[in-house]
Amino acid sequence: MAKIKKTIKTIKVDADKCNGCRACEVICSAYHSEPKYSSINPARARIQVITHRLKDIWLPVFAGEYTPAECMGRDKYIIDGKEYDECSFCRAACPSRDMFKDPDSGLPLKCDMCESDPPLAQPKCVEACLNDVLIYQERVEEVEEEAEQSAIQTGLEALVDKHGFQKVIDAIALMANRG
Amino acid sequence: MRYAETGYNLEIDLTTGSIERVETDPKMTDLHLGGLGTSVKIHWDRVSPEVKAFDPENLLIFSTGLLCGTPAFSANRTLVSFVSPQTDLLAYPMMGGFWSSELKYAGYDKVIIRGKSPKLVYIWIHNDKVEIRDATHLKGKGALETQELIREELKDPKAQVAAIGLAGENRVFVASIEQSRSSSARGGGGAVMGDKGLKAIAVRGTKDVNLARGAEFMVQVQEMTKFIKHRNENPLKEVMPIMSGLGSPQMMKHIDEKWHTESFAWGNARVRRKDFWTEEIDKNWTKSQTEAIKRFVSCFNCPQQCGALICHEDVPPYLMKCFSKLTYAMAAYVDDLDFSWRICKKAFEYGLDSFSTPQILAFAVELYEAGIFTDKDFEGCPTDKEGRFYWLLDKLARREGIGDYLADGTYWAARRIGKGAEAFDHNTTKKHEQMNIKLGMLDPLYFLMFATNEKISITQIEGNWPQAPFPSKEARQSFVDDWPQLPDEKFKKYFLDWEPRGENSNPYYPTPEISSEIVDWMEMLHNIDDALGLCAGMGSFCFKPAYHIHNYPKFISAAMGVDMDEESLKKIVNRSRNLHRAFNNRRGMTRADEKPPQDHWKHRFPELEEKLLTTYYEFKGWNYDGIPTRKRLHELDLDYVADDLEQRGILKDGQD
Repeated sequence: MAKIKKTIKTIKVDADKCNGCRACEVICSAYHSEPKYSSINPARARIQVITHRLKDIWLPVFAGEYTPAECMGRDKYIIDGKEYDECSFCRAACPSRDMFKDPDSGLPLKCDMCESDPPLAQPKCVEACLNDVLIYQERVEEVEEEAEQSAIQTGLEALVDKHGFQKVIDAIALMANRG
Repeated sequence: MRYAETGYNLEIDLTTGSIERVETDPKMTDLHLGGLGTSVKIHWDRVSPEVKAFDPENLLIFSTGLLCGTPAFSANRTLVSFVSPQTDLLAYPMMGGFWSSELKYAGYDKVIIRGKSPKLVYIWIHNDKVEIRDATHLKGKGALETQELIREELKDPKAQVAAIGLAGENRVFVASIEQSRSSSARGGGGAVMGDKGLKAIAVRGTKDVNLARGAEFMVQVQEMTKFIKHRNENPLKEVMPIMSGLGSPQMMKHIDEKWHTESFAWGNARVRRKDFWTEEIDKNWTKSQTEAIKRFVSCFNCPQQCGALICHEDVPPYLMKCFSKLTYAMAAYVDDLDFSWRICKKAFEYGLDSFSTPQILAFAVELYEAGIFTDKDFEGCPTDKEGRFYWLLDKLARREGIGDYLADGTYWAARRIGKGAEAFDHNTTKKHEQMNIKLGMLDPLYFLMFATNEKISITQIEGNWPQAPFPSKEARQSFVDDWPQLPDEKFKKYFLDWEPRGENSNPYYPTPEISSEIVDWMEMLHNIDDALGLCAGMGSFCFKPAYHIHNYPKFISAAMGVDMDEESLKKIVNRSRNLHRAFNNRRGMTRADEKPPQDHWKHRFPELEEKLLTTYYEFKGWNYDGIPTRKRLHELDLDYVADDLEQRGILKDGQD
C-alpha cells in the first residue's frame, strides 16, 4: 500500500497541573451538541477527568477507539505512591464501563480533536483549560494509507457487535421502507 | 423546552417517604430568576412565621442557580436555605464544589425537603431514580468520610455527596453541610439536616442542560476567558496581594497574610496584633504552607484555585478553602500554622462552621479565665492553647458537658450560662457570630452592611468597593481609571473624593446618601450571584471582578432566550430581596435588630448612625422600622406581600 503523510494530532496531558474543574468536559459536550453549544452534559464529553480527590488523582483522559470486548488482564499502576484503578489510563469505550458512551443511546464516543471546517487552531478542551494541563501537539508521520472510518461507521459497528449484522440490516431496511 | 433551568424540582417528605418530581411554573423564573430568588418565594409561600427551625414544616431547600451547569465560569453554587436554629430567620449558606451542576444534569433545579425521618437516612438521586436509603451505618461518621463511604457504597466515583458530620446529627447550631472542597456553613443548615434525620444527599446526573442561544452565550464566555487571563497575569497593584486577584481570597496560594493577621482581631474577636507579620513568621508559614499543600483545587468549571488538597504529616488528606486557614489559629492565639492544618480536618469531619466555631471556643476560654466556667467545667481539659481548643471542639460537637451550651452558639450559650456570660457575647448581630474585626473609626458603609444584610454575614454584602480609602491620590486615580464594572460613572468621583483623613473621611464621608448607593449596589451584586449560582469570588466579593452589572444580563439573555437589560435584572433581584426581607419581618425582625456589634468600632456616632439607617431604609423603600412599604412592594409586583404584612399588623395601614 502507498505511504501517505498524515498529521497526527495529540493532546499531551500534564496531570500534575489539573485542578479538577472539569471545564474540558463542559466545553467538549457543548461543542459536540447539535446545534453547536445548544446543550451541556459532561456525561457526553469525550474527555473525562478521572477523580479521586483524597488520593490526589485528577486525571483527564480523552476517548479513544471503541472496543467490543473487555481486555484480558487489567493493569494497576502505582506512580508517586498513588495507586491508580485498573482502567484509569485506558481510553477505550468498552463493555466493562460506562465511560465514553452516550448516556442515552449507549453508543461509543470518540474524541475527534474537534475536527471542523475550517479547522480550529486547537481542540476546544485545550482552549478551555486555563491551567495549561492540556497541551495540543501536531506532528507529521508517514503511514500506510487506509480508509478513514466515519463516526456513523463507528456507531454502526457497535450496534452490529451488540445485536448482530442481520438485526441491524433488518432495522435499517424497515426504517428505509417507512421513508 | 426550558433553558438554563431544568424546570423540575424534587419534593421529598422524609416523614412519609414520599418523593415527587414537580414541574415548576416558568412564571416564577420570570419573577425571581432562580437560586435564592425562587427559593425565597417557596419559603414565603409555604413556611409560616410560627414554624421553628426544628419543626417538621421547616423546609430545607438545596438549590442550584440559574446558570449552574452551563459553561458560564464558576456557576457552581449550591444554595441551602432554611429557618436557622440560631437566628430564627431565613439562612441561605451556599457552597461551591460540584454538587449543584450534578443536580442540574440529573434533571432538577432544587431538592425541597420537609418532614423528619424516623431513622437516619440518605437520599440517592440518579437521574429519574431517586431513593431514600438507610444511613444508620453512617451514624457518627465524619462529614468528609461519609462522602467517600457513600461513593464506595453506590460504586459511583462520580456521585457528588453533600453530608453532615456528628455536629449536624447532634443539632449543633453552627453545624455545616460539607461537600468536596466546600461547606454550606453559616446559620446551622447541618443542624436542620440532622434534625430531619438526613445524613447526606448523593447525586449523579447524565442529562442535558439546554442553552437557548448557545453560540451567543459562548461569545460571552470567550470574552470572559480573555478577561480572566488578563486579571490573572495582572494582579491589582493598588491593594495587598491577598485582595489583588480574582476568586475568593487565594488563601491557599498566597502565604503573605499580613493583611488578615494584622487587621483582624485575635481570640474572641478581641486583640489586633499589628506587629504580627515578622520575617520569622513569614519564613515559618512559608514552610508550613508549602509542605502542607499537595495540590491546588478548583470548584466546578472555574479556572481559579481557591482550594487545596492538604497532606499534613499524619493528618489524613482533606480539602481546604479560604479563610478557615486562619480562623482557628487566630481565635486560639496560636502562631504556628501547622495547628490550622490539624484542627481544620477535625472540625470539617465534625461538620462545623469555620467562622462561628472558633469564636465560640475562644468565648469559652474567656469564660474560664473570668471564672464563669469553673475548673470542674474544664475537668480533663489540657492547659496549652492548642490542646484546649481540641478539647473544646470535641465537647461542642458532641454536646458533652459545657459543650452542650457552646453548641448553641455564643448568643444562646451566654444566655443559658448566665452569671455574666452575656457580656462576653460581644461580637454577634442577630444572634450570629460576626467577622473578627475591631476597628477605630466608624465606617458608614460597613455600619450599613453589618446592620442590614439579610445573610447577617459581612462577606455576603461587601465586595466590589475597597474597605478603606487609598492614602495616595495617584493610587485612587489609577484605580478608577480602569473600572468598567461600576454601575455608574459617578461612583468614580465618590472614590476619588474619599480620603483617610479630613473632611472627606469616615464617618461623615461617604455621606449617608452616597453610602446608600454604594451599599445597595454591592448587595444587589450578591443577590444576582445568588440567583444565578455564581461564585461571589468572580462577581460580588471581589475587586474588579469578571461578572458585573453590564454583563450579567448578556449571559442570562443568551442562556434563556430572552432579552434582559440591566433595569429588568435589577427589578427582579430587588423583588426577591424585598420578599426575603418581608419573610424575616414576618418573623419579627425589625429596626431594633439592625445593629453591628457594639464594640465593632471604638468611636461611635449614635445620631449619625440613626441617620444612616433611616436614609438607607428610605433609599430601599422601607419604612422607619425597616419594613418594605406598600408602595415599594406594589412597584415590585408584591402586593400579596403587602396584604399579608398588613393583615399581620406588621405594616400598618396609612403609615407610609
